[in-house]
Amino acid sequence: MKPAAFTYHAPESVAEALQILADVGDDGKVLAGGQSLVPILNMRLAAPANLVDINRVAGLSTVDASATAVTVGATARHADVERHEVAYGVQPLLRRALRLVAHPAIRNRGTTCGSLAHADPAGEMTAVLALTGGTVRISSAAGQRDVGAEEFFVGPLECCLRPGELLESAMFPAFERGTGSAFVEVARRHGDYALCGVTAAVTVVAGTVSAARAAYISVGPTPLLLDLTDAVAGQPVATADWTAAGRLAQSRVSPEADIHATVSYRRHLVGVLTARALAEAAAR
Amino acid sequence: MTAEQHRTITLVVNGATHQVDLPVRRLLSDAIRHDLGLTGTHVGCEHGVCGACTVLLDGRPVRSCLLFAVGADGAAITTVEGLAAADGTRHPVQQAFTECHALQCGFCTPGFLTTIAAALEDNPDPSEEEATEIISGNLCRCTGYQNIKAAVLRAAELKRVDR
Repeated sequence: MKPAAFTYHAPESVAEALQILADVGDDGKVLAGGQSLVPILNMRLAAPANLVDINRVAGLSTVDASATAVTVGATARHADVERHEVAYGVQPLLRRALRLVAHPAIRNRGTTCGSLAHADPAGEMTAVLALTGGTVRISSAAGQRDVGAEEFFVGPLECCLRPGELLESAMFPAFERGTGSAFVEVARRHGDYALCGVTAAVTVVAGTVSAARAAYISVGPTPLLLDLTDAVAGQPVATADWTAAGRLAQSRVSPEADIHATVSYRRHLVGVLTARALAEAAAR
Repeated sequence: MTAEQHRTITLVVNGATHQVDLPVRRLLSDAIRHDLGLTGTHVGCEHGVCGACTVLLDGRPVRSCLLFAVGADGAAITTVEGLAAADGTRHPVQQAFTECHALQCGFCTPGFLTTIAAALEDNPDPSEEEATEIISGNLCRCTGYQNIKAAVLRAAELKRVDR
């Protein structure tokens, strides 16, 4: 349970980091919080020749909250985002989701951008990026591009980052006025990977549901975003048929079985948790 | 194959400064135990699940098995050895563990003590539910957790009396 030898790089500026990443190409990994990467290295599931530790890079640990979005730098810890009062005011789903990410000691070190780059199909923040319509900023020595969730998440543990690129920040927009949100999941123990997780946003105009969307973790290779408005549009929020929205979601997912849950159990969870998440979101 | 890369770093542990030369792949947990000889920090799973190796990095609990020692260069680290006062007086959390019988084999205890000590700095008066949340990231195979939860609440009480 010890990592294989590697060459360690500790750049202090973004430019220096990007140059090193360009030089090491596909035999380098970026180390931020390391809460997913270091276990993989300890178990020798990966043995990159170069580790580029970005923790000492100036200017990457910021959490910026404007009126319309929260932007999280590459080395901002989950705990920093979770505790940020202004960010909570702008996009409260961040804190709600982060409370489900592992345990406090892991959140003290793990980074929100790192969990996006890790692209775990069970990672809560992947669904938050999808539901909020957020983007990630990808930098390399050659330039910069902003990418949305649909393009960014390619498959299980796979995102569209290419060798030499760094996920520099993630931007989570605020929801439109009148929108409430929630994140619910079922895990064997609190803090474990969810068997199924649902984050939902419901927009209410004059007591009537005008939009309902949800994003799912652990039911597909990448976070799945569904528009469920058709099931509940125009209904009074107090009596909206969230169960019907849950049935609509069930018809749109194709979960897989593993040692933790069967296909039918996951599908069942999609229905129940969708209804629960939508009702909770609508009440906020 | 070229020689493995080493670095000379400064580890500030429990207020004492140590200069050590170590391979860059040395985990912080191993640096604390092997290079510094502070074996109070225990190593359980080595992939961040059990919490036995939890130390405080600049006051915050972190898994020392998921950090490279080179990443902690210059940071202030507190291990379980740093909790008691210089004269040996137990930290309130250690006192509470004794009173509440919150350990049996003791393997997980260093991780619980550091985790709870830091949590009580953040939240000096946790509810029962918050006490459960505080210890949720640490595994114990002996106690069934109830006495540890009681110790969290007792430690909070002791800290209040101290003031």
